[in-house]
Amino acid sequence: MNLLRVRVRRPGRLAAEASALLIAVVVAFPLYWMVLSAFKPAGEIESSEPRPWTLAPSPDSFRRVFGQQEFGRYFLNSLVVACCVVIASALIAFLAATAVTRFRFRLRTTLLIMFLVAQMVPVEALTIPLFFLMRDFGQLNTLGSLILPHIAFSLPFAIWMLRGFVKAVPEALEEAAYLDGASRARFLWQILFPLVLPGLVATSVFSFISAWNDFLFAKSFIISDTSQSTLPMALLVFYKPDDPDWGGVMAASTVMTIPVLVFFVLVQRRLVSGLGGAVKD
Amino acid sequence: MAGRSAFVSGGWTPWLYLAPALVVLGGLLVYPIYQLGLISFFQYTQAQVSGGEPTSFEGFANYAELFGDPQFWQVLLATVLFAAACVVSTLAVGCALAVLLTRVRAVPRLALMLAAMGAWATPAVTGSTVWLFLFDPDFGPVNRMLGLGDHSWTYGRLSAFFLVLLEVVWCSFPFVMVTVYAGIRAVPAEVLEAASLDGASQWRIWRSVLAPILRPILVVVTIQSIIWDFKVFTQIYVMTGGGGIAGQNLVLNVYAYQQAFASSQYSLGSAIGVVMLLILLAVTLVYLRLLRRQGEEL
Repeated sequence: MNLLRVRVRRPGRLAAEASALLIAVVVAFPLYWMVLSAFKPAGEIESSEPRPWTLAPSPDSFRRVFGQQEFGRYFLNSLVVACCVVIASALIAFLAATAVTRFRFRLRTTLLIMFLVAQMVPVEALTIPLFFLMRDFGQLNTLGSLILPHIAFSLPFAIWMLRGFVKAVPEALEEAAYLDGASRARFLWQILFPLVLPGLVATSVFSFISAWNDFLFAKSFIISDTSQSTLPMALLVFYKPDDPDWGGVMAASTVMTIPVLVFFVLVQRRLVSGLGGAVKD
Repeated sequence: MAGRSAFVSGGWTPWLYLAPALVVLGGLLVYPIYQLGLISFFQYTQAQVSGGEPTSFEGFANYAELFGDPQFWQVLLATVLFAAACVVSTLAVGCALAVLLTRVRAVPRLALMLAAMGAWATPAVTGSTVWLFLFDPDFGPVNRMLGLGDHSWTYGRLSAFFLVLLEVVWCSFPFVMVTVYAGIRAVPAEVLEAASLDGASQWRIWRSVLAPILRPILVVVTIQSIIWDFKVFTQIYVMTGGGGIAGQNLVLNVYAYQQAFASSQYSLGSAIGVVMLLILLAVTLVYLRLLRRQGEEL
């Protein structure tokens, strides 16, 4: 029970609840407008008197989006990139977080500080050297050129966040496991891994977003083979600054946002408790 | 907190666990940083990239060119001011709404939480186009609601920055709100009860009880916000069409990108990258000092 809540008198609480609902409406409005506009027929979108509803929902914009060459392919590419980044960085970060929390070795503190500093690196500034690196290894125009950097960039934050979760698992549990004859690997994957799973979910949200959002690398590294491109590029096909196809832009935006929304709603509880667990540490 | 005795020395095992992380970070973070620094000291343009001309060591020439360019200072100033405005607004909105969440019952709380999750989940590119559409002079609902006619938000320098700021705050306040809310919920009720039994006012409870407990969380969200907002790229690039009319809305990131990939001035772009790296490194050092002052054991 939160005391702050109990102490508020009734009229005060009603005012607070009314403003919470109002703010929720304001915050959700851009998304509502996006979905609404995606379903509006062409004539209604380009109306100088926009209405907050539509009487004739039409799938035209979606048809145009999916009719665009390779839109489905872009969608799949984005999904592949995001999933590879999430899985790889979760596994690598889990191992690294275990190493820095459950072992004492030379350079441990140095490594931790380095992981912290690595979080601050402006990855956008690395686009230039990464471009040459990818070119030298023949990775330009491949999904690998999008996956690999994002694994590296989400790792430091993931390790830092997971540290709190690994730390929270009692040492006694580890000793008990060894006394029962479990090997280190067995303890790692069958006991520790499931216990820090909530933390992995929370960190996955961050790596998923960073990969799914990627705009700069897709723009810089996928230059000639557009079949390797991702959703943001597909969206920008409809967004021409001087004459945007708003219906197409909103439909593509909707398609691009829905998977993330679903992911968020699924992990919502875990995310809130995960952030609580990570920052409490 | 784990005691000293809890650690196992483990010989090579920790390094085995760390190996994948170190390989990935070494190859894709540390090495590129080294390369970035290196390129910034060389003459590196389209001619060198295509192998037509040899690269030549230029020393600090690129930096001299950069620092001698009034546009660089203008962009630097704009970047710092814009990031500061974003950080302050994000923190203010996020903290205020976190407190609001603790004062309402389940239904309004869930509504606000879900709306915030929606904003958080929105990819930067789609967020940018949606906000542009909301504020579109011809077809957007905002001008209609505010009775602004066909006022163009992206035409003026300040109003374009303001529009981007609104989008940035919209998609980044949820992180602050959820984190601070989780932090407040973790404060033991007895502590607050004791304070109020002692006759402390709401404000007093906030200032003397909650704020000190929440300080580590506030430091984390502030530093994260500084880092994120200083590096805003997608929103500026998409919403102002690559940096605004005549580059009026450029920030360092977009400026570096334009120099490198649009003008093939890779060494100048790299020098800008190094400047950004140094600024964020300075922020990090402040952060580390704050952590140390709090006595956190690493």
